[in-house]
Formats: sequence, structure tokens, C-alpha cells
Amino acid sequence: MTSNLVLQCGFYLAVLIALAKPLGAYMARVYSNEPALLNTLGAPVERLMYRISGIDEKHEMRWTQYALAALAFNLLGFLAVYALQRLQGSLPFNPQALPAIPADSAFNTAVSFATNTNWQGYGGETTMSYLAQMLALTVQNFVSAATGMAVLIALIRGFARKSADTIGNFWVDMTRSTLYVLLPLSVILALALVSQGVVQTFSAYQTVPLVESVEYDNPKLDAAGQPVKDAKGNPVTEKATQKEQVIAVGPAASQIAIKQLGTNGGGFFNVNSAHPFENPTPLANFLEMLSILVISGALCYTFGKMVGDTRQGWAILAAMTIVLVAMLAVAVAAEQSGNPLLTKLGVDQVATAAQSGGNMEGKETRFGIANSALWATATTAASNGSVNAMHDSFTPLGGLVPMLMMQLGEVIYGGVGSGLYGMVVFALIAVFVAGLMIGRTPEYLGKKIESFEIKMASVAILMPPLVVLIGTAVAVLVEPGKAGVANPGAHGFSEILYAFSSAGNNNGSAFAGLSANTPFYNTALGFAMLFARYWLLVPVLAIAGSLAAKKTVPAGAGTLPTHGPLFIVLLISTVMLVGALTFVPALALGPVIEHLQMLAAR
Amino acid sequence: MLKELKPAFVLLVLMTLITGVLYPALVTGLAKVLFPSQANGSLIVQDGKAVGSALIGQPFSDPKHFWARASGTSPYPDNASASSGTNQGPTNPALAEAVAGRVKALREADPGNTAPVPVDLVTASGSGLDPHISPAAAEYQVARVAKARGLDAARVRALVAESTEGRQLGFLGEPRVNVLKLNLALDAPEKK
Repeated sequence: MTSNLVLQCGFYLAVLIALAKPLGAYMARVYSNEPALLNTLGAPVERLMYRISGIDEKHEMRWTQYALAALAFNLLGFLAVYALQRLQGSLPFNPQALPAIPADSAFNTAVSFATNTNWQGYGGETTMSYLAQMLALTVQNFVSAATGMAVLIALIRGFARKSADTIGNFWVDMTRSTLYVLLPLSVILALALVSQGVVQTFSAYQTVPLVESVEYDNPKLDAAGQPVKDAKGNPVTEKATQKEQVIAVGPAASQIAIKQLGTNGGGFFNVNSAHPFENPTPLANFLEMLSILVISGALCYTFGKMVGDTRQGWAILAAMTIVLVAMLAVAVAAEQSGNPLLTKLGVDQVATAAQSGGNMEGKETRFGIANSALWATATTAASNGSVNAMHDSFTPLGGLVPMLMMQLGEVIYGGVGSGLYGMVVFALIAVFVAGLMIGRTPEYLGKKIESFEIKMASVAILMPPLVVLIGTAVAVLVEPGKAGVANPGAHGFSEILYAFSSAGNNNGSAFAGLSANTPFYNTALGFAMLFARYWLLVPVLAIAGSLAAKKTVPAGAGTLPTHGPLFIVLLISTVMLVGALTFVPALALGPVIEHLQMLAAR
Repeated sequence: MLKELKPAFVLLVLMTLITGVLYPALVTGLAKVLFPSQANGSLIVQDGKAVGSALIGQPFSDPKHFWARASGTSPYPDNASASSGTNQGPTNPALAEAVAGRVKALREADPGNTAPVPVDLVTASGSGLDPHISPAAAEYQVARVAKARGLDAARVRALVAESTEGRQLGFLGEPRVNVLKLNLALDAPEKK
């Protein structure tokens, strides 16, 4: 490993942690309705929005009403995205005249964006009109992220309040998340990205001449647009010459900014942030990578601040960061060591001052190994799912890291809001296990953790693995599931496991060789995303309601302190044990076998 | 749930106006004023005509040009209206076959050169549109291009240096050579 590689990773982590306190403190003020610059300026707009919508901002909701409000809002968001996709052919801002999107793909994408997953079965520049990108996708990027943040704040109130019936107002929490956190950061980031070369225009695609024209075999299409096949089933091609390049552009920067900040991850272009117009320079890459984790990290501080003990927030952030660094080290080492099968073909994969070396298949030259491995780890730690390199072409162990990160339940930083509420659920399990060991009723942040909380926590923790494993098992058994696989052998299994791990934990990244834009995968993954999101969100709100109703018990001699190293180790162990016990057998069949095969073939 | 549908609907409409209309319009307007070239695709303009984008790679196979990363786009390489990687896994025989083919093509174009080939030059990029190669991949091709053009290798190296970008801020990303800019610079003197 070169010193520059360590420097780049270290600098990233340092900036990430340094921003946790200022941003976290600001968010705590916003959610506690204390004056901060932006919420003072924005107050008239906010009040106007409530007046038009008939919302009483002083009204406090029980957890059931809070959950129903969130579900109603997400349901309408889903319907809006679905309708806009189905109708885009007859709507404006569609300079490439892209047709309506088929029902199964539109369903999948609508679920995907409403649940903050942003799995993409389609290729952006060949499918979505500018109108659909903005009105459907960008809007959900904001409000699905704001939904996650609102639910987290409700859970925090559950700990902070004593003997209370209510946990806040969903409309107010969601609106403030959008207006005062996501929107201002997005405007700044979008402009910074344009300065680096990210496109932002309503013009149609640009056409330029190629310096060298290219001869290629063009697949012949019949009248219905289907490829013509010969007697043996091979596609018939005809010679063609390409003399110019049609360059896709569009209002990309505005969408990319929120896609990163809101842990959405849905790219404007097919290859996401590997595309030079979506991520043109190392500085753009740094800002986008920072945006993936910065809000989730800062929310830990917000959490500590709002429960009245910032050490509690730091302890959780420490646990998250330790896992992140350990996984990062594995990913970087695996990718930098390269692909031994290529070395014997006369390929030089050694890192020098003149090349990054390593496994460069599917990676961009400007990012090299360090930034590709760092991004892959960060984007799957968070439920972001944007990519700046093709995970499908990672080495087996390099690809295992993002897969396992998702399978851990997206709690290492995790999605904005959803990552921390997931981690708090793990914290409840951790104190419960510790309580069993010493024979006392467990407590967390002054609240007794009893059977109702543990039941809800179990539902939240068991649902994603259930969806992932059952989904994978079904897909490898049925023909439409196997038909999508692009790479042979163990890697093909990895592609399917990765897809369900991604959808079943609301991540959205892919081993993109899998042809997932089929009725089978669009439907199966669509339901996986729905289960993963709402079977977590609703139980978490139930926990919030139950905790809010409890009295606070003062810490006694038998109380496990939840801000020290012991708790951090306990929390990490709980996350790793649940993840490992659940997924090691499946991982052994995919990346582990492939790694051994790769070494054997060397 | 019915009671929540009205505020949900109105708030969704308002959010759509703010985040789906006003926000992209604001960013587009500011981008147009502050960074007009970047916002439109960083086009390289020669004699009043766009000849390519500084950020989008093009395919090259003439020995007189520097070659770029392989591209996984279809139906032809560097298709900038349908970006794509190859998504070939590390142990996929098709990957080894493709890499071996690229090594062979490079060696046939430059028979004397038996050095190991820099990895980025024989693997496909993530986007299929990577505009860059590593300095090592450029150096590997200097002798071939110089010979094919009857130029001094030092002259070609000087042009490579002009199209080379270092790490941003001194430490971010990787050093890289913009292949389209380099080849346009190589072609420029011939016209005179």
C-alpha cells in the first residue's frame, strides 16, 4: 500500500469525523425548534406550507399516527413516481423523446425511490426524461431521506421524553429535514460539482465528431425492435461505421447532490458516479464521498445532544467508524493486490508513481484503487448505493466487503436517519444480551428495555436477512432468476446474492452484470425493498412510542454504562455476530469460493 | 390513514414544487452564469466547432494515436449516450480472453516492445467513457506513436506532459493523461 493511499483514506475519515459535531449540533437545534440561521430565515415559508396543507405544527402525534402519516406520504410519493414514468412520453422536458416506461420497471423504480433504496433496473440516460428525473426522482431523493431522518428524531424523542403519549409531528420533522438540512447542503454541493465539470442543462444531447471513426457489428432489429436471431439463436449483426459521438447531458448536478447527501444513490446516468459527467475529478469524488456519510455521522452527535449526553452519540459513532475502517482495509488490500489471472498475461499491476496498478477492470483512471475501494465501502456502509466503479468486477474479497456491509443491516453510518435508528435497535439487543448475562432488567439511556421493545427490535433485525436469504434462494431455483446472471460459476451466485442484499437492506448498489430489468427481478426486488423499509420503520416507531411512555430510571450500580469502550465492543460484537451467523454460509458459496478458485488458477 | 392523506397530498405537491422545480431551476440558472462551459459538458472547441468533450473518452486504434481504456458500451465503444462497464467478474474466462486480446493488439502495433502492459491500458473502465489513461500507460505507447509519426520521442513525451494532470490539491485521486486532448495536440501540427 502506498503512503498516498493511506493519506487519502485518512484525510477522508478525518474530515468526516470533524464535521460530525458542527453539523450534528446544527441539526439538534433545527429539530428542537431552537433558532439557527436557516430556520429563522425559512420560518415564513415553512409556516405557509403548513397553512396550505392544513397542518397544525403544534399538534403532537402518537406513534401510530406518526407511522400512518409517514406511510400515507410514502404511498402518495410512490404513486406519483409511478405515474410520471408511465406518462413521460406525453409530458414535456423530454428532448430525447423517450417513451413511457413499462409497468414492471416503473413499479420497481417507484418503490425503489420511495423507500430510499434507489436500486436502478434501468439506465438513466436511455430511459428517463428530464421531467421524470426532476419531478419524480429528485423529489423522492429529498423526501424519502427526510422520512428516514424524521423517524430517527421520533425515536430520539422516545428516549428523551418521560411518561409522554406522543413523539412529535411527522409533517414538521419531514419538512424541516428537507428545508433546513438537505436543501441548503444540496445547493452548495450541486454548484461545487458543476465547477468540477458535472453537467447541468436542459439542452438535448450534444453531438461531436469522433477523431477516429469506429467500425462495429450492429445487432439487426426486426420491425418490433427485437434483435433478429439466426437458426442457432445467435444475434444477427451487420457492419456499421460510427463517425460521431452523441453525448448525453441533462440537469445532473442538482440530482447528484441530493442523491449523495440523502443516501439515495440513484444515478442520473447508467454507470452512476463512474460517469465522467457525474463525477469528473478527484475533488468532485471527495465531495461526493464525504456527502454519503456526513449527515449519518453527524446525526450521531444530534442523537447524543438530544438525549442529553453527547458521549452516547460519540460511542455509537466510534463503533460505526471502527467497523468502517476494518472493512475499508480489507477492500483496499484486496483491490490493490490485483487479479492474479491477469499477471500471467503480461499485465503490470504493481502500484508506482505512474500508475495506481491493482484490479483496474471496471474502475476509472482518475480514481484508481484508493478512491474506488473507499467509495465502495462508504456507499454500502451507508444505504447510499451509488458507485464510482463496477462492483461486479471487483476481486472476490473486494466484492465481499460491500456485500457484507449491506448484510450487516446498513447500520455502519447507514442511511440518513435509518442507519442510526437501525443501530439503536442493535444497541437495545446489545444491552438486552448484557442484561441476560448479569441477570438484570436492561436499561438504555435511562429507559427500561422490556419484552415489547425486544420483540419489535427482533422484527426489525430479522426481517432484512429473511428477505435477502429467501429471495436469493428463490431466485437461484427458478429459471427467470438464473436467466439474469452474467458471469459464470460462483460469481453468478454472488450477483444474485448481492441484488437481494442490496434491495433487502435498501442500499441500491448492484453487481450490475445481473440483468435485473425483467418482470421477475423488478417484482421480487420491489417487494424486498418494501419489506426492508417498512418492517423496520414501523417497529422502530412502535419502540419510540413505548419508550416515550416510560418513566426514566436513574442509573444505578448495576447499570451498564453505554458510553465507554466496553459498550462499543459489545455493540460491534452484536452487529457482527448477527450479520456473520446469518450470512457466512451464503458468502461461502459466492465470494469465498471464487477467491479460492482465483488463487488455485494462478 | 384517510385523515393523513390530505396533508400528505398537499405537502407532496409543495415539496415537488420546491425540490423538483425550483431547486433544479435555481442550480441550472446559477450554473449557467458561474460555470457555463462545465454545465454544458466541457466541450473542446476548435475553430468554432465542438470536436469532443474534455471529460468523455473516444476510441482509438490507429498506431499514430495514443490508445485509451477499453470500453464496455454497446453497440460500439465509448457510446456516450449509453454508458456501461463490462461487469465481467475477476474469474470470468471472457475477461482473461478480452485482456489477452488487448495485450496482443498492443504488441502487434509495437513489435519491439516486450515490457509488461500497464493494467489500465488493457482493462475496461467503469463508465466505458474514461477520458484518461495512467502516465505509465502513456509512456508505454510513446515509442510506438513517435515511430508511426516520424517524430522525436522527446517531442511526443513533451506533448504527453502537457496533457497530464497531477493529483488534485497534490494528493487527491491519481495522476492521469487526457487521451483525447493528447491526440488532438498530436494531430494539430499536421494540419499546418
